Amino acid sequence: MSKLDNKVPEGPLSEKWTKYRSEMPLVAPNNKRNIEVIVVGTGLAGASAAATLGELGYQVKAFCFHDSPRRAHSIAAQGGINAAKNYQNDGDSVYRLFYDTIKGGDYRSREGNVHRLAEVSRDIIDQCVAQGVPFAREYGGNLANRSFGGVQVSRTFYARGQTGQQLLLGAYSALSRQISLGSVKMYNRHEMLDLVKVEGKARGIIARNLISGKLERFAAHSVVLATGGYGNVYYLSTNAMGSNVTAAWTAHRRGAYFANPCYCQIHPTCIPVSGDYQSKLTLMSESLRNDGRVWVPKSHVDVEAIRAGEIKPEELPEERRDYYLERIYPAFGNLVPRDVASRAAKYVCDENRGVGSTGLAVYLDFASAIERYGHSEAVSKNEPNASIEKVKEWGTAVVSAKYGNLFEMYEKITGENPYKTPMRIFPAVHYTMGGIWVDYNLETTVPGLFALGEANFSDHGANRLGASALMQGLADGYFVIPYTIGTFLANEIRTPKISPDLPEFFEIENDVRDRIKRLLNVQGSRSVESFHRELGVKIMWEYCGMSRNGEGLKIARDKVRKLRKEFWSNVYVPHTDSDGEEYNPELEKALRVADFFELAELMIIDALDRHESCGGHFREEYATEEGEAQRNDKDYTYVAAWEFNGLEDDPILHKEELVFENVELKTRSYK
Amino acid sequence: MSSETIKLTLKVWRQTESDPGRLEDYQVEINTHMSFLEMLDVLNEQLISEKKEPVSFSHDCREGICGACSLVINGRPHGPMQGTTTCQLHMRHFEDGETIYIEPFRAKAFPVIKDLVVDRSSFDRIIQAGGYVSVNTGGTPDGNAIQIEKDTAREAFDAAACIGCGACVASCPNASAMLFTSAKVSHLALLPQGQVERRARALKMVSRMDEEGFGACSNVGACEAECPKEISIANIARMNREYISGVFGSAKKV
Ligand SMILES: Cc1cc2nc3c(=O)[nH]c(=O)nc-3n(C[C@H](O)[C@H](O)[C@H](O)COP(=O)(O)OP(=O)(O)OC[C@H]3O[C@@H](n4cnc5c(N)ncnc54)[C@H](O)[C@@H]3O)c2cc1C
Ligand code: SF4
Ligand code: FES
Repeated sequence: MSKLDNKVPEGPLSEKWTKYRSEMPLVAPNNKRNIEVIVVGTGLAGASAAATLGELGYQVKAFCFHDSPRRAHSIAAQGGINAAKNYQNDGDSVYRLFYDTIKGGDYRSREGNVHRLAEVSRDIIDQCVAQGVPFAREYGGNLANRSFGGVQVSRTFYARGQTGQQLLLGAYSALSRQISLGSVKMYNRHEMLDLVKVEGKARGIIARNLISGKLERFAAHSVVLATGGYGNVYYLSTNAMGSNVTAAWTAHRRGAYFANPCYCQIHPTCIPVSGDYQSKLTLMSESLRNDGRVWVPKSHVDVEAIRAGEIKPEELPEERRDYYLERIYPAFGNLVPRDVASRAAKYVCDENRGVGSTGLAVYLDFASAIERYGHSEAVSKNEPNASIEKVKEWGTAVVSAKYGNLFEMYEKITGENPYKTPMRIFPAVHYTMGGIWVDYNLETTVPGLFALGEANFSDHGANRLGASALMQGLADGYFVIPYTIGTFLANEIRTPKISPDLPEFFEIENDVRDRIKRLLNVQGSRSVESFHRELGVKIMWEYCGMSRNGEGLKIARDKVRKLRKEFWSNVYVPHTDSDGEEYNPELEKALRVADFFELAELMIIDALDRHESCGGHFREEYATEEGEAQRNDKDYTYVAAWEFNGLEDDPILHKEELVFENVELKTRSYK
Repeated sequence: MSSETIKLTLKVWRQTESDPGRLEDYQVEINTHMSFLEMLDVLNEQLISEKKEPVSFSHDCREGICGACSLVINGRPHGPMQGTTTCQLHMRHFEDGETIYIEPFRAKAFPVIKDLVVDRSSFDRIIQAGGYVSVNTGGTPDGNAIQIEKDTAREAFDAAACIGCGACVASCPNASAMLFTSAKVSHLALLPQGQVERRARALKMVSRMDEEGFGACSNVGACEAECPKEISIANIARMNREYISGVFGSAKKV
C-alpha cells in the first residue's frame, strides 16, 4: 500500500497557507502568456477558476456541456454561503468555522485544507460584493446573515433563496469579461469524454461537440476539472438532470484516484417522491429549519387519521405532536446537521409514523414562526392588542419575505399552501463529499491534473455542513488554484505549446469513438432511462443509501454488475448516424449512465471497506444503542483513495492517514 | 391531494437541420401530478419503446432557476401559468381530452437546433459585451465597506433574478431582447459597484443586442407578462435612460 503525499505544508495551522503562498514558485507574467490551461466545467468552481486564471494571464480554454456557463448546476443552490466574517459579533472566527467543518465532517477531513478554506472564506464575500452580487442587507445597509444546521453562530450570507444563482452569475460575469478580453476561449455544449496524458502528465481532453456530435481534441499544459458531483448515480436526487460523473470518472480510469466515494449527503428537507414517473427531487432549503419545526404525530391513530384525511395536520393539538428533533437534540433542535436530521426522519418513518400517502414524509411546520414574527411585528407597530388574524397576517408577511420563493416552489409542485398547512418533507440525495483525490495543491494523482469544487473530495469529510459547498467551490476557484497551479506550471515554462495532433490524442480519440459505436450498436430493447432508474432507485438507494449493511452491499454489488452487463447488451440508443455524429441527447445520457454503473460499484466497494459509521456513511452494524453513528477512529481515520484496476478486478485501496494535531477527536454530539 | 389520469393529444414541433419542420401528433396518458417535462419524458419513453426518435427539448434543473427549459405551450412561452417556467408547470392545470401545442421559442437570434431546442448563445454575447463590473479577483474592499440600502439591494436583486431563458424574446412580436438586457443593465446600474462603467455598459450591451439580430422594442409589454421571473418592464425604461445618458454624456466612442 503506497503512501499518498498530501503535501500539506509544515508549521502552525493558522500560518500554513500564508507562509506557503508567499514561498510558492511563481510563473512570471510573460511566461503565463505562453501557457495554456484547460478548465472543464464552468459552475462556481470552474467559472471562478477560469476567470481568475485568465486575469492572471494564462491562456484558458473553458468547457461546459451546458448551452451557457450560467446554467451550471450551481445556479440551483438556494440557502447561502458561509464565511467567518463575524459581522454579527456572535463569537465567530476562522478557527470556529474550521472547527465546525471538521466536526461536521465527522473528523474525516484534512485539517490543513479546512483551515485554509475558513481563512479564504472572508475574501469570497468581499469579491462577490465587488462584482455586484446582491446579497441580502440589513436596514442599516450592512450584509445580513442567517444560521445553518450544525453551527451555533450566524455566518451564512444569502441572496433571498437564490444564493447560488447570484454567486454563479457573479462568476459568470467575471468569466464573460475574460471571454470578451480574449484570455478565455469558451466552448459551450462540449462534453469531455476522456483525458489525454502525454508522458504521464495531463495534457488535454477529448470532447464531444454536442451539436455536431463530432469528437474534438484539445491540448494544454495542464487540465483542471470542476465538473460537479455524482449524486445522480441514485437517479433521483436534488441535482440537475444533466449532472454526471463522466469527466471525473474518465480521469479516474486514466489514473486519478477516487476518494471516499461512499460519502453521500442525504438532505433532510426535500419534497417527497409522489410517483414513479418522477424525474428529480426538489430541495427545500435548509435555511427553512431556522424557522420551521419538524414533527410527526405521536400516535399511529393520528397518523392513520391524517392519512385518511379525517384530521388536517394543522388541526392536530400540540400535545399529540412529536417534535422529535427538539426532543432528542435539545441543544441544536431543528438545526442538527443534515445526516442526523435525515436519519431521524428515517427512524420515525420506520416506526410507521410517517405522513403523506406513502408514509415516507414528515412535517416541517411554520405555524409557530408565523405567530412569533407576528407578535414581534405587533410590538414594533405598537399594536399589542391586535387580533390573532392580524398577527398571523403580519407573521405570514415576515415569513414570506424570508422564504417566499421556496414556499411558492413548494406550492407549484404539490398544489398545497405551506402558509396554511405544514410542508411534507423527506430526505433525498443531495451532495457527494467523495470525489477525485487531491493534495493540498488540489492536484490529483495524475501530474498536471487538478480538481476543484464538488468534483474533488477535499474539505467536507464524511458530511458537509450547509452553505459550505458554495464556499468551497469559490475558494478553490478564486483563491486556491490560481496560486497552487503554479507549483506545477512553474516547471513547464519551457514546455512549448502542446499539439493536439500528438499520437496520444488520436489514440484516446479512437477509444472514445469505439465506446460510442459500441453503445449505438447494441440496438437492444430497453431505454437508457429505465436502466438509470433501476440502478439508482432499485439498487443504490435501496442498498447504499441512507443506511447500509454488509450483506446488502454485497447483494448490491452483484446486482450492479448484472445490470451493467444487461445495459451493454440490451440498451437502445436511438440514432440516425452510426458514429453518433449528430445532436443526440439520448447518446449523451447513455454515455453518462455507462459511467454511473462503474462508479456505483466503486461506491459499494468503498462502503463495504469502511467498517464504521461516520457522517453520510451509516453502516447499520456500527451504531450506538440509541441508533447514533459509531465511528471507529482507531482503524478508519483515513481517506480511502481508490486506484482503477480494470472492471473485472477489484480497485486498489490507498490510504491517506488523517492526522489531527489541532482538534481532539470526539463523538459528535448535538444533544 | 388526489391525482388522476388524463389523456392528451400533443401537437409537437419536429425539426432537424435538413428539414423546415412541422407539427406532429402524439397521444399520451399521464398523471396530473406530473410536471410538463415529466409528461414529455413519458412521451419520449413511449417513442423509444416504438424505436422512434424521441423529441429533443432543453431542460436541466427542473426547478425554475437554470433557464434551460423553454417551449411555447398553446401559444405562450412557458405555458399558461403566471410566473412559472415550463419545468415548474404541472399537469393539474390541464384537462382530460385537451390538445396541447408545443413549439420552440422562435426568433431570428435563436436558431432552432433540433425539434424544440434553440440556440440562445446570443444572450451570452450580450453579457460579454459589458454585463459585468470590471474587477479582478483579490484586493477588493471589505464587504461591509460598501453599504447598500435594503430597498436598493432588493430592487437590484429583482432585476438580477433573470434566468436568461429568452421567453421575453419569444413573446415579443419584434423578437426584442430589451427585457433581458435591461435586467442586467438595471441590476448593475442600481448598485454602487456598477456606477463607474454604467454608461459605457448600456451602450455596449444595446449595440451588441442589435448586432445579434434582436428586434427593436415598441412597448408591447408581452415580455413582462410572459417572463417567468416577473422581471419588470420598468427596467427597459431605466435602460433607455442609461443609454441616452451614455450617448450624450460620454465623450468616448464605444
Ligand atoms: C438544489 C441544491 C441546493 C444547494 N444549495 C446549496 C447552498 O445553499 N449552499 C451551498 O453551499 N451549497 C448548496 N448546494 C451544493 C452546491 O450547489 C454545489 O455543490 C456546487 O454548486 C457545485 O459547484 P461546482 O462548480 O463544483 O459544480 P457544478 O455547478 O455542478 O458545475 C459543473 C460544471 O461542469 C460542467 N461539466 C460537467 N461534466 C462535464 C463534462 N464531462 N464536460 C464538460 N463540462 C462538464 C457543467 O456543464 C458545469 O458547467 C446545493 C445543491 C443543490 C443540488
Ligand atoms: S427577462 Fe424574464 S423572460 Fe427574459 S430572459 Fe430574463 S427571466 Fe427569461
Ligand atoms: S429546467 Fe431549469 S429553469 Fe426549467
